[in-house]
Amino acid sequence: MSDWHTSTLTQLAAGLRARKFSSVELVRAYLDRIDASQAALNAFISVTREQALADAAAADRALAAGAGGALTGVPIAHKDIFCTQGVRTTCGSRMLDNFVSPYDATVVAKLKGAGAIMLGKTNMDEFAMGSSSETSFYGPVRNPWNPQLVPGGSSGGSAAAVAARLVPAATATDTGGSIRQPAALCGITGLKPTYGRVSRYGMIAFASSLDQGGVLTASAADAALMLREMAGFDANDSTSVDTPVPDYVAALEQPLAGLKVGLLREFFDKGLDAHNEQRVREALKLYQQLGARLTEVSLPNLPLSVPVYYVVAPAECSSNLARFDGVRFGYRCENPRDLLDLYRRSRGEGFGAEVKRRIMTGTYVLSAGYYDAYYLKAQRVRQLINADFTRAFGSVDVLMGPTTPTPAFAIGAKTSDPITMYLNDIYTIGANLAGLPAVSIPCGFVQELPVGLQIVGPHFSEARVLNAAHAFQRATDWHTRVPQGYA
Amino acid sequence: MYDFALVFSLRHARREPPMALTREQIASIAALAQLDLSSSEIPVYQDSLSRILEFVGALDGADTTGVVPMSHPLPGLSQRLRPDVVTEQDRHEQYQANAPQVAAGLYLVPKVIE
Repeated sequence: MSDWHTSTLTQLAAGLRARKFSSVELVRAYLDRIDASQAALNAFISVTREQALADAAAADRALAAGAGGALTGVPIAHKDIFCTQGVRTTCGSRMLDNFVSPYDATVVAKLKGAGAIMLGKTNMDEFAMGSSSETSFYGPVRNPWNPQLVPGGSSGGSAAAVAARLVPAATATDTGGSIRQPAALCGITGLKPTYGRVSRYGMIAFASSLDQGGVLTASAADAALMLREMAGFDANDSTSVDTPVPDYVAALEQPLAGLKVGLLREFFDKGLDAHNEQRVREALKLYQQLGARLTEVSLPNLPLSVPVYYVVAPAECSSNLARFDGVRFGYRCENPRDLLDLYRRSRGEGFGAEVKRRIMTGTYVLSAGYYDAYYLKAQRVRQLINADFTRAFGSVDVLMGPTTPTPAFAIGAKTSDPITMYLNDIYTIGANLAGLPAVSIPCGFVQELPVGLQIVGPHFSEARVLNAAHAFQRATDWHTRVPQGYA
Repeated sequence: MYDFALVFSLRHARREPPMALTREQIASIAALAQLDLSSSEIPVYQDSLSRILEFVGALDGADTTGVVPMSHPLPGLSQRLRPDVVTEQDRHEQYQANAPQVAAGLYLVPKVIE
């Protein structure tokens, strides 16, 4: 069968359960697609071929015995930020180039438990710090819609892999937009769940009050299937929330009629590309036709979300990344003169330029004399932004707007000016600051490049958000488009 | 008062930031962060950190009188406690397999005390 790669994860799981094809056949076909695309896209840091084929054979035995789980035999990839036992876990950094994780992240263990087969680890911005997947120690990822362009970031490897149908689904993480922004730029579905919904255990920390694991897929239905297996309480994550996991798949088909949609006024302001805006407005019109009621809402403090983020995230990053000291694991410099030299040169040589920039920004804003002016001030404005969202959700069910200001941009176009790069996440950061679930779905094209529509919901409303996304995908076919050369 | 135009206008603000960081300040931040920087890296961070600080300076315009700082996105949830029992197994050999230098179960570093 040659059309596996254009099937959805849901269809593949069903096909495996019905024994229409074997997991070994499926896994081999996807591994071949990964190999064939690696030179062009650089979406993977590691490919675990032998282990994947062995796991697929075991999955086939389980399926033959009628003992399969929801994802038994289905191939997936993990962003290289998730620890995988016995498999190199680099986080896109020279610092962890030689790191073989001694344990599995909870997300990895849960998906393994559901029967999913890992094909490899995807490329990413170093320590998830970036919006273009250009800061990886392993070289930039390329956008399958146009290899001269970035796929977005930081989960650019996972996004490019799903967009080019090298895997039907891939895990990802979102601290300021790192799932939704690459989903938009690659024309796929990206879900960032509520903070606390998916365990952070074994997910290498960047900014702990913002980081959340999620998934990149070809459709909202596939995201629902993945989230159902990934979500849940974990005693190993101190901010994991102990609340039941609803059946996200069962909730997909609920009617949309009467859904109250808030249009984020601040997102349709100066800075939004006119063509992007047109595609998003067309999508909103379709929602209206599907029975949704649209009203404009204003979140007056939201425009300050990028400045808040670039205080809070670097502050938490500078603290989290203090653990990389060249002593217990990771990179160590050659011939250290003394202990201080060992620390400083290991970190100076092991971290890339953007990671060092964020560590230093964080160190500065937390240092004596600046803590109140920067860090506490940012936390107070974060509270104002959170209050804006709470107020908005008093009158609407979900908020909608663009995911990004523009479609994908050229590799190298924004690397020289960090602030230009940071502004890519202007529409996505708010959901991280308030811990809200949000999804990006493809809603059309501008000059043959995909555009994303963002849907944000109140805490723990993933079922609602996915339901709204699914209704759109039942009425459109943007999410089924595959870039030329990968169809 | 705070609109995207404000934030976007900062992107184009190429003028010298009001409080540009000095070489010495960058060196002292790097020392606090235990980062060795080459002499060619220092001016790069002088420029970009100064501009980032100018950019986040937009926060000064927000009236936060009486606003409680938000450190956690799910307010009301407190840190969980668990019974004080040993839950970790001794896996030091596995963990130390990743260490640059180990002997007799100990991590080795250059001599600290002469």
